[in-house]
Amino acid sequence: MTVSPPVTLTVSVNGEPRQVPDGTTLDQLVATLTTAPGGVAAAVNEAVVPRGQWPATALSGEDRVEVLTAVQGG
Amino acid sequence: MSHPALDHDRSPGTPSNPSSPLNPYDLSDPSVGADAAPASGFLPSADPLTVGDREFASRLIMGTGGAPSLEVLERALIASGTQLTTVAIRRLNPRVQGSVLSVLDRLGIQVLPNTAGCFTAGEAVLTARLAREALGTDWVKLEVVADERTLLPDPVELLDAAETLVDDGFTVLPYTNDDPVLAQKLEDVGCAAIMPLGSPIGSGLGIRNRHNFQLITARARVPVILDAGAGTASDVALAMELGCAAVMLASAVTRAQEPELMAEAMRYAVSAGRLASRAGRIPRRHFALPSSPEEGRARLDPERPAFE
Repeated sequence: MTVSPPVTLTVSVNGEPRQVPDGTTLDQLVATLTTAPGGVAAAVNEAVVPRGQWPATALSGEDRVEVLTAVQGG
Repeated sequence: MSHPALDHDRSPGTPSNPSSPLNPYDLSDPSVGADAAPASGFLPSADPLTVGDREFASRLIMGTGGAPSLEVLERALIASGTQLTTVAIRRLNPRVQGSVLSVLDRLGIQVLPNTAGCFTAGEAVLTARLAREALGTDWVKLEVVADERTLLPDPVELLDAAETLVDDGFTVLPYTNDDPVLAQKLEDVGCAAIMPLGSPIGSGLGIRNRHNFQLITARARVPVILDAGAGTASDVALAMELGCAAVMLASAVTRAQEPELMAEAMRYAVSAGRLASRAGRIPRRHFALPSSPEEGRARLDPERPAFE
Protein backbone atom coordinates (compact mmCIF):
# COMPACT_ATOMS: atom_id res chain seq x y z
CA MET A 1 0.00 0.00 0.00
CA THR A 2 1.47 3.35 -1.03
CA VAL A 3 1.24 6.49 1.04
CA SER A 4 0.27 9.44 -1.09
CA PRO A 5 2.18 12.67 -0.34
CA PRO A 6 0.28 15.42 1.43
CA VAL A 7 -1.28 17.88 -0.96
CA THR A 8 -0.69 20.82 1.31
CA LEU A 9 2.20 22.03 3.40
CA THR A 10 2.11 24.10 6.54
CA VAL A 11 4.61 26.91 6.50
CA SER A 12 5.05 29.95 8.71
CA VAL A 13 4.62 33.24 6.86
CA ASN A 14 5.59 36.30 8.89
CA GLY A 15 4.88 34.35 12.03
CA GLU A 16 1.46 33.02 10.99
CA PRO A 17 0.87 29.37 10.06
CA ARG A 18 -0.33 29.00 6.51
CA GLN A 19 -1.42 26.09 4.29
CA VAL A 20 0.04 26.13 0.79
CA PRO A 21 -0.12 23.54 -2.00
CA ASP A 22 2.83 21.21 -2.21
CA GLY A 23 5.30 22.57 -4.74
CA THR A 24 4.53 26.21 -3.99
CA THR A 25 7.52 28.40 -4.75
CA LEU A 26 8.59 31.51 -2.93
CA ASP A 27 7.58 33.88 -5.73
CA GLN A 28 4.06 32.39 -5.72
CA LEU A 29 3.80 32.87 -1.98
CA VAL A 30 5.01 36.49 -2.09
CA ALA A 31 2.54 37.22 -4.91
CA THR A 32 -0.30 36.40 -2.53
CA LEU A 33 0.88 39.20 -0.23
CA THR A 34 1.85 41.98 -2.63
CA THR A 35 2.02 42.88 -6.26
CA ALA A 36 4.78 45.44 -5.69
CA PRO A 37 7.52 44.97 -8.26
CA GLY A 38 10.24 45.92 -5.78
CA GLY A 39 10.98 46.97 -2.25
CA VAL A 40 10.38 43.48 -0.89
CA ALA A 41 12.84 40.93 0.49
CA ALA A 42 12.34 37.38 1.69
CA ALA A 43 14.17 35.04 4.02
CA VAL A 44 13.50 31.33 4.42
CA ASN A 45 14.68 29.84 7.69
CA GLU A 46 16.79 32.93 8.45
CA ALA A 47 18.58 32.83 5.08
CA VAL A 48 18.13 35.63 2.56
CA VAL A 49 16.76 34.41 -0.78
CA PRO A 50 17.61 36.86 -3.60
CA ARG A 51 14.57 37.82 -5.65
CA GLY A 52 15.97 36.15 -8.74
CA GLN A 53 15.95 32.80 -6.94
CA TRP A 54 12.35 32.99 -5.70
CA PRO A 55 10.87 31.02 -8.66
CA ALA A 56 13.35 28.23 -8.09
CA THR A 57 12.80 28.10 -4.33
CA ALA A 58 10.18 25.46 -3.51
CA LEU A 59 8.84 25.63 0.01
CA SER A 60 9.05 22.69 2.39
CA GLY A 61 6.84 21.88 5.35
CA GLU A 62 7.66 23.83 8.52
CA ASP A 63 9.64 26.45 6.57
CA ARG A 64 9.77 29.81 8.29
CA VAL A 65 9.27 32.51 5.69
CA GLU A 66 9.73 36.20 6.42
CA VAL A 67 8.56 38.69 3.79
CA LEU A 68 9.76 42.19 4.58
CA THR A 69 9.52 45.70 3.20
CA ALA A 70 10.43 49.25 4.10
CA VAL A 71 8.18 51.14 6.49
CA GLN A 72 8.36 54.52 8.20
CA GLY A 73 11.05 54.37 10.83
CA GLY A 74 14.22 55.81 12.24
CA MET B 1 41.25 76.03 9.35
CA SER B 2 41.46 75.25 13.03
CA HIS B 3 39.45 72.30 14.25
CA PRO B 4 35.99 73.50 15.20
CA ALA B 5 35.80 71.28 18.24
CA LEU B 6 38.90 72.90 19.69
CA ASP B 7 37.56 76.39 19.26
CA HIS B 8 35.49 75.99 22.38
CA ASP B 9 38.65 75.42 24.34
CA ARG B 10 40.63 78.31 22.99
CA SER B 11 42.02 80.32 25.85
CA PRO B 12 40.87 83.92 26.23
CA GLY B 13 42.96 86.51 24.51
CA THR B 14 43.90 84.41 21.51
CA PRO B 15 41.24 85.05 18.91
CA SER B 16 41.70 83.01 15.76
CA ASN B 17 41.66 86.03 13.49
CA PRO B 18 42.61 89.22 15.32
CA SER B 19 42.60 91.28 12.12
CA SER B 20 38.93 90.68 11.37
CA PRO B 21 36.75 93.68 12.20
CA LEU B 22 34.67 93.27 15.31
CA ASN B 23 31.92 95.48 14.02
CA PRO B 24 30.26 94.36 10.81
CA TYR B 25 28.92 97.88 10.27
CA ASP B 26 32.38 99.42 10.21
CA LEU B 27 32.63 100.34 6.55
CA SER B 28 36.14 101.76 6.79
CA ASP B 29 37.37 98.49 5.34
CA PRO B 30 36.07 98.37 1.77
CA SER B 31 36.17 94.57 1.75
CA VAL B 32 33.44 94.54 4.40
CA GLY B 33 29.95 95.62 3.53
CA ALA B 34 27.25 94.72 1.11
CA ASP B 35 29.58 92.69 -1.07
CA ALA B 36 30.59 90.48 1.84
CA ALA B 37 27.05 89.28 2.59
CA PRO B 38 26.80 86.22 0.31
CA ALA B 39 30.04 84.61 1.48
CA SER B 40 31.11 81.68 -0.67
CA GLY B 41 30.80 79.27 2.23
CA PHE B 42 27.13 79.96 2.65
CA LEU B 43 26.10 77.91 -0.33
CA PRO B 44 25.70 74.34 0.92
CA SER B 45 27.00 73.04 -2.39
CA ALA B 46 30.30 74.75 -1.65
CA ASP B 47 30.65 72.71 1.54
CA PRO B 48 29.35 69.22 0.81
CA LEU B 49 29.06 66.36 3.25
CA THR B 50 31.00 63.32 2.08
CA VAL B 51 29.98 59.91 3.40
CA GLY B 52 31.56 56.88 1.79
CA ASP B 53 31.67 57.59 -1.93
CA ARG B 54 28.72 60.01 -1.96
CA GLU B 55 28.44 63.76 -1.57
CA PHE B 56 25.44 65.55 -0.12
CA ALA B 57 24.70 69.26 -0.22
CA SER B 58 22.41 68.81 2.81
CA ARG B 59 23.86 67.95 6.20
CA LEU B 60 20.50 66.93 7.63
CA ILE B 61 19.61 63.23 7.58
CA MET B 62 15.96 62.62 8.29
CA GLY B 63 14.04 59.71 9.69
CA THR B 64 10.50 58.86 8.66
CA GLY B 65 9.17 57.38 11.91
CA GLY B 66 6.49 59.08 13.94
CA ALA B 67 4.87 61.12 11.16
CA PRO B 68 1.08 61.17 11.44
CA SER B 69 0.67 60.56 7.70
CA LEU B 70 2.65 60.18 4.52
CA GLU B 71 1.36 63.58 3.36
CA VAL B 72 2.71 65.34 6.46
CA LEU B 73 5.94 63.40 6.11
CA GLU B 74 6.38 64.44 2.51
CA ARG B 75 5.91 68.13 3.27
CA ALA B 76 8.36 67.89 6.19
CA LEU B 77 10.98 66.14 4.07
CA ILE B 78 10.71 68.82 1.41
CA ALA B 79 11.03 71.58 4.02
CA SER B 80 14.05 69.88 5.58
CA GLY B 81 16.01 69.82 2.33
CA THR B 82 17.31 66.36 3.24
CA GLN B 83 18.91 64.10 0.65
CA LEU B 84 19.30 60.98 2.81
CA THR B 85 16.47 59.50 4.86
CA THR B 86 16.01 56.36 6.92
CA VAL B 87 13.35 53.68 6.75
CA ALA B 88 12.81 50.61 8.91
CA ILE B 89 12.50 47.04 7.65
CA ARG B 90 9.37 45.23 8.83
CA ARG B 91 7.04 42.40 7.90
CA LEU B 92 4.99 43.19 4.83
CA ASN B 93 1.41 44.03 5.73
CA PRO B 94 -0.87 43.45 2.70
CA ARG B 95 -3.48 45.82 4.12
CA VAL B 96 -1.20 48.88 4.27
CA GLN B 97 -1.86 51.43 1.56
CA GLY B 98 0.85 53.78 0.32
CA SER B 99 4.55 53.38 0.72
CA VAL B 100 7.21 55.50 2.30
CA LEU B 101 9.46 54.32 -0.51
CA SER B 102 7.30 55.97 -3.14
CA VAL B 103 7.52 59.26 -1.23
CA LEU B 104 11.33 59.11 -1.10
CA ASP B 105 11.49 58.07 -4.73
CA ARG B 106 9.26 60.96 -5.79
CA LEU B 107 11.45 63.45 -3.88
CA GLY B 108 14.72 61.98 -5.18
CA ILE B 109 15.93 61.24 -1.63
CA GLN B 110 18.41 58.43 -1.10
CA VAL B 111 16.94 55.73 1.13
CA LEU B 112 18.93 54.60 4.16
CA PRO B 113 17.54 51.41 5.72
CA ASN B 114 18.09 50.94 9.42
CA THR B 115 18.22 47.86 11.61
CA ALA B 116 15.97 49.30 14.31
CA GLY B 117 14.52 46.66 16.59
CA CYS B 118 17.55 44.35 16.44
CA PHE B 119 19.07 43.21 19.73
CA THR B 120 21.87 40.97 18.45
CA ALA B 121 24.56 41.24 15.81
CA GLY B 122 23.03 38.27 14.00
CA GLU B 123 19.60 39.91 13.70
CA ALA B 124 21.15 43.17 12.54
CA VAL B 125 23.33 41.55 9.89
CA LEU B 126 20.39 39.56 8.51
CA THR B 127 18.18 42.67 8.52
CA ALA B 128 20.85 44.65 6.65
CA ARG B 129 21.14 41.91 4.04
CA LEU B 130 17.36 41.80 3.62
CA ALA B 131 17.32 45.58 3.25
CA ARG B 132 19.99 45.33 0.58
CA GLU B 133 17.83 42.83 -1.26
CA ALA B 134 14.65 44.86 -0.91
CA LEU B 135 16.04 48.31 -1.62
CA GLY B 136 19.12 47.69 -3.73
CA THR B 137 21.40 49.69 -1.45
CA ASP B 138 24.44 48.54 0.46
CA TRP B 139 24.14 51.47 2.84
CA VAL B 140 22.84 50.67 6.30
CA LYS B 141 22.21 52.65 9.44
CA LEU B 142 23.24 50.03 11.93
CA GLU B 143 21.28 49.88 15.18
CA VAL B 144 21.75 47.13 17.74
CA VAL B 145 20.08 48.09 20.98
CA ALA B 146 20.37 46.59 24.44
CA ASP B 147 16.87 47.03 25.81
CA GLU B 148 13.46 48.43 24.94
CA ARG B 149 13.32 50.95 27.77
CA THR B 150 16.39 53.01 26.89
CA LEU B 151 17.06 51.85 23.32
CA LEU B 152 20.73 52.39 24.13
CA PRO B 153 23.16 50.64 21.80
CA ASP B 154 24.73 47.35 22.84
CA PRO B 155 28.38 48.17 22.16
CA VAL B 156 29.61 44.58 21.94
CA GLU B 157 26.94 43.44 19.49
CA LEU B 158 27.21 46.70 17.55
CA LEU B 159 30.93 46.41 16.92
CA ASP B 160 30.56 42.76 15.97
CA ALA B 161 27.80 43.54 13.45
CA ALA B 162 29.68 46.55 12.06
CA GLU B 163 32.77 44.48 11.34
CA THR B 164 30.74 41.75 9.63
CA LEU B 165 28.81 44.20 7.46
CA VAL B 166 31.90 46.19 6.44
CA ASP B 167 33.54 42.93 5.38
CA ASP B 168 30.36 42.14 3.43
CA GLY B 169 30.73 45.35 1.43
CA PHE B 170 28.23 47.53 3.27
CA THR B 171 28.62 51.25 3.86
CA VAL B 172 27.95 51.18 7.60
CA LEU B 173 26.66 54.14 9.61
CA PRO B 174 26.45 52.91 13.21
CA TYR B 175 24.18 54.38 15.88
CA THR B 176 26.48 54.34 18.88
CA ASN B 177 26.88 55.52 22.43
CA ASP B 178 28.65 58.86 22.91
CA ASP B 179 31.76 56.88 23.82
CA PRO B 180 35.01 58.11 22.24
CA VAL B 181 36.68 54.71 22.62
CA LEU B 182 33.87 52.84 20.91
CA ALA B 183 33.71 55.52 18.21
CA GLN B 184 37.37 54.92 17.46
CA LYS B 185 36.87 51.16 17.29
CA LEU B 186 33.92 51.56 14.91
CA GLU B 187 36.05 53.76 12.69
CA ASP B 188 38.89 51.25 12.86
CA VAL B 189 36.70 48.41 11.58
CA GLY B 190 35.76 50.54 8.58
CA CYS B 191 32.52 52.34 9.35
CA ALA B 192 31.82 55.22 6.95
CA ALA B 193 30.56 57.51 9.70
CA ILE B 194 30.06 57.56 13.47
CA MET B 195 26.58 58.35 14.78
CA PRO B 196 26.70 59.01 18.52
CA LEU B 197 23.50 59.61 20.43
CA GLY B 198 23.00 62.94 22.15
CA SER B 199 20.43 61.35 24.46
CA PRO B 200 17.99 58.43 24.17
CA ILE B 201 15.96 58.03 20.97
CA GLY B 202 12.84 60.16 21.01
CA SER B 203 13.73 61.80 24.34
CA GLY B 204 14.37 65.29 22.97
CA LEU B 205 16.94 65.82 25.72
CA GLY B 206 19.60 67.20 23.39
CA ILE B 207 23.31 66.51 23.83
CA ARG B 208 23.87 65.36 27.41
CA ASN B 209 27.65 65.05 27.22
CA ARG B 210 29.14 67.82 25.13
CA HIS B 211 32.64 66.95 26.16
CA ASN B 212 32.37 63.42 24.78
CA PHE B 213 31.13 64.84 21.48
CA GLN B 214 34.16 67.10 21.34
CA LEU B 215 36.46 64.18 22.10
CA ILE B 216 34.84 62.16 19.33
CA THR B 217 34.78 64.89 16.68
CA ALA B 218 38.34 65.99 17.46
CA ARG B 219 39.74 62.57 16.67
CA ALA B 220 37.45 61.04 14.06
CA ARG B 221 38.54 60.95 10.43
CA VAL B 222 35.06 59.98 9.23
CA PRO B 223 31.96 62.17 9.57
CA VAL B 224 30.47 62.32 13.06
CA ILE B 225 26.70 62.59 12.88
CA LEU B 226 24.50 63.39 15.87
CA ASP B 227 21.92 60.63 16.04
CA ALA B 228 19.06 60.73 18.50
CA GLY B 229 18.16 63.23 21.16
CA ALA B 230 17.68 66.43 19.19
CA GLY B 231 14.55 68.14 20.44
CA THR B 232 14.68 71.53 18.80
CA ALA B 233 16.81 73.71 16.55
CA SER B 234 19.31 74.82 19.19
CA ASP B 235 20.26 71.17 19.88
CA VAL B 236 21.07 70.78 16.20
CA ALA B 237 23.09 73.98 15.95
CA LEU B 238 25.05 72.95 19.03
CA ALA B 239 25.87 69.56 17.51
CA MET B 240 27.31 71.23 14.45
CA GLU B 241 29.25 73.71 16.60
CA LEU B 242 30.75 70.78 18.50
CA GLY B 243 32.18 69.54 15.22
CA CYS B 244 29.53 67.16 13.94
CA ALA B 245 29.49 66.87 10.17
CA ALA B 246 25.74 66.29 10.03
CA VAL B 247 22.66 65.64 12.15
CA MET B 248 20.17 62.81 11.97
CA LEU B 249 16.74 63.27 13.48
CA ALA B 250 13.16 62.12 13.16
CA SER B 251 10.96 62.58 16.23
CA ALA B 252 11.92 66.22 16.71
CA VAL B 253 10.27 66.94 13.38
CA THR B 254 7.67 64.24 12.89
CA ARG B 255 6.25 64.62 16.40
CA ALA B 256 6.46 68.42 16.51
CA GLN B 257 3.12 70.22 16.55
CA GLU B 258 3.97 71.60 13.10
CA PRO B 259 6.34 69.10 11.46
CA GLU B 260 6.87 71.13 8.32
CA LEU B 261 7.84 74.25 10.29
CA MET B 262 10.20 72.31 12.53
CA ALA B 263 11.79 70.67 9.50
CA GLU B 264 12.57 74.08 8.08
CA ALA B 265 13.94 75.18 11.46
CA MET B 266 16.24 72.16 11.52
CA ARG B 267 17.45 72.89 8.02
CA TYR B 268 18.54 76.38 9.03
CA ALA B 269 19.93 75.18 12.36
CA VAL B 270 22.24 72.72 10.60
CA SER B 271 23.45 75.44 8.25
CA ALA B 272 23.85 77.98 11.05
CA GLY B 273 25.77 75.57 13.26
CA ARG B 274 27.99 74.48 10.41
CA LEU B 275 28.82 78.05 9.44
CA ALA B 276 29.51 78.97 13.07
CA SER B 277 31.75 75.95 13.44
CA ARG B 278 33.75 76.89 10.39
CA ALA B 279 33.87 80.55 11.38
CA GLY B 280 35.44 79.86 14.78
CA ARG B 281 33.67 81.27 17.78
CA ILE B 282 35.08 83.97 20.04
CA PRO B 283 36.71 82.79 23.26
CA ARG B 284 34.56 82.69 26.37
CA ARG B 285 35.52 85.42 28.89
CA HIS B 286 34.69 85.89 32.53
CA PHE B 287 34.30 89.66 32.23
CA ALA B 288 33.12 91.99 29.53
CA LEU B 289 35.24 93.11 26.62
CA PRO B 290 33.91 96.36 25.13
CA SER B 291 33.19 96.31 21.46
CA SER B 292 33.01 100.11 21.24
CA PRO B 293 36.30 102.04 21.31
CA GLU B 294 37.62 103.20 24.66
CA GLU B 295 39.18 106.27 23.06
CA GLY B 296 37.43 109.42 21.97
CA ARG B 297 34.72 109.43 24.60
CA ALA B 298 33.25 112.86 25.39
CA ARG B 299 34.01 114.36 28.78
CA LEU B 300 30.63 114.77 30.45
CA ASP B 301 30.10 115.94 33.99
CA PRO B 302 28.17 113.13 35.70
CA GLU B 303 26.95 115.61 38.37
CA ARG B 304 25.04 117.62 35.78
CA PRO B 305 22.71 115.35 33.86
CA ALA B 306 21.26 116.78 30.69
CA PHE B 307 17.71 115.97 31.70
CA GLU B 308 15.88 116.24 35.00
